[in-house]
Amino acid sequence: MSDNGTIVGSNLEKALKAGYFVATGELGPPQSADRHEIEHKAGFLKGIVESVNLTDNQTAVVRMSSISVAVMLLEMGIEPNIQMTARDRNRIAIQSDLLGAYALGVRNLLCLTGDHQTFGNHPNAKNVHDVDSISMLQMCRNMRDQKIFECGDAIKGQEPRFLLGAAANPFADPFDFRPYRLGKKARAGADFIQTQLVFNVPKFQEYMRRVVDLGLHEQTYILAGVGPIKSLGAARYMAAKVPGMEVDPEYIERMRTSTQGLPSIKEIRSMDDPSEAKEARRLRKKAAETEGIGICVEIIEACKEIEGVAGVHIMAIEWEEAVDGIVRTAQIGPKYDPARQAA
Amino acid sequence: MIVAEQKPLEEIKGMVAGAEKILVLGCGTCVTVCFAGGEKEASILASQLRMATRLDGDEKEVTEFTVQRQCEYEYNDLAADYVREADLVVSLACGIGVQTMNEQFPEKLTVPGLNTNGLSQPVEQGVWEERCQACGDCVLDLTGGLCPIARCAKSLLNGPCGGSQRGICEVYAEKETPCVWDQIYHRLEDLGQLDKLMELEPPKNWHTSRDGGQRKIVREDLRL
Repeated sequence: MSDNGTIVGSNLEKALKAGYFVATGELGPPQSADRHEIEHKAGFLKGIVESVNLTDNQTAVVRMSSISVAVMLLEMGIEPNIQMTARDRNRIAIQSDLLGAYALGVRNLLCLTGDHQTFGNHPNAKNVHDVDSISMLQMCRNMRDQKIFECGDAIKGQEPRFLLGAAANPFADPFDFRPYRLGKKARAGADFIQTQLVFNVPKFQEYMRRVVDLGLHEQTYILAGVGPIKSLGAARYMAAKVPGMEVDPEYIERMRTSTQGLPSIKEIRSMDDPSEAKEARRLRKKAAETEGIGICVEIIEACKEIEGVAGVHIMAIEWEEAVDGIVRTAQIGPKYDPARQAA
Repeated sequence: MIVAEQKPLEEIKGMVAGAEKILVLGCGTCVTVCFAGGEKEASILASQLRMATRLDGDEKEVTEFTVQRQCEYEYNDLAADYVREADLVVSLACGIGVQTMNEQFPEKLTVPGLNTNGLSQPVEQGVWEERCQACGDCVLDLTGGLCPIARCAKSLLNGPCGGSQRGICEVYAEKETPCVWDQIYHRLEDLGQLDKLMELEPPKNWHTSRDGGQRKIVREDLRL
């Protein structure tokens, strides 16, 4: 893996190159100009993951810019990984923002096509899509390694040097093409890959088998996307409503049975004592959350056994406090990986 | 062909509110074929406007006429007498026809009665699907003859995004629009040309598209 791009010196790159089973986190910037909310959420991730992805107006909902949140994280001593979509910026804006992001200290970048604006809160917006994720990767690699802008002009002075990442969805169709698409991303410059949430381990195993057969795990580091399910409703929603996601029915059933033996929602509603009802609700919530975190840890353990998987990307948006328990139980990341402590 | 849809009657009524004499001008080419602005539709709209304005207590004098091709002066010359008599023209042509009329008869305002929708194929009776965005740099040779610029919601050039499932694009609410990249994949597979999908497509040159400014073709060999 020594020829895998130029060293940018980020924590993420160092951990990947050292061969540790890495853990990255994710944080969704707020739909407001509130800095405190970021500091509160980021605090749960500090020191326990290599770097924290900052989504770029995910699901096309307007949020604080990922680069500005990245600066706040840097000030907190947390390494950011900015996401950049092709939906809202053309090649001029992307390159401009990346010059600024590098100058501000950002070293990791995830290149994405972006969720279509139809899903967000501004469905009447004009989308850009001047480049796509793969042509964006090529452009960013050329800025870093060739010191040229997309147009071919030389970058006179400091070039923006990012560890380049890309997404992959093993559960989208056509399934046969997905490993090849990952290969295109690796060839276009992706130093690492973060996948869609894995809730169908056998299918992910089959995908990785094909990826390994193509030798792609030796061209790029592949992090499996994982996340804790918070409730039965969340599991059902992901299974039925989120495009490009597959949830093993077993997990839905386990979320359903996680609250068995506890008073049902209906029974709680008919409780006369408000404090008793509150406590019953808390216990139900806790039981479901415990099961959700348990499933997440199991999937991480399964991923550790899959050839070619270099780590996990933990997506616990709006539930950042769950990440510590996950990485502690799974014994991964800078704080809890025994191999890291020994080193 | 160019396809279009008639604007809501209320919107057209708003456009004609200040006029007394209105000419509804149809077009005999593309919009006739897509049943949006031909002779028949011009006649129906004229009747609707007469009735609607009468009911509103402000009855307009509405005439109707249809030219063979509203994007060319020669055909519109035949409508000159009608235009002269009218205060306002409601064009049932595509946006090209509306602009040709305004240019040719600058003393009268021609307003659009249609929304021009795109360059589409009639895939079944009453259904038109967009096929081309006139990007000016055709890629159909690379994609098995299916256009990702017009038919992919993100105009991707390097294969299907993560939202393609069971051959369906995630974007459309009705969840039955095919993912064109899924179609391209299977088409290239059938042709034995999947290697084309493995090529890394660099950022596209959009200068040939609308982004480069208004486009113009000059054929010196054809000029008089």
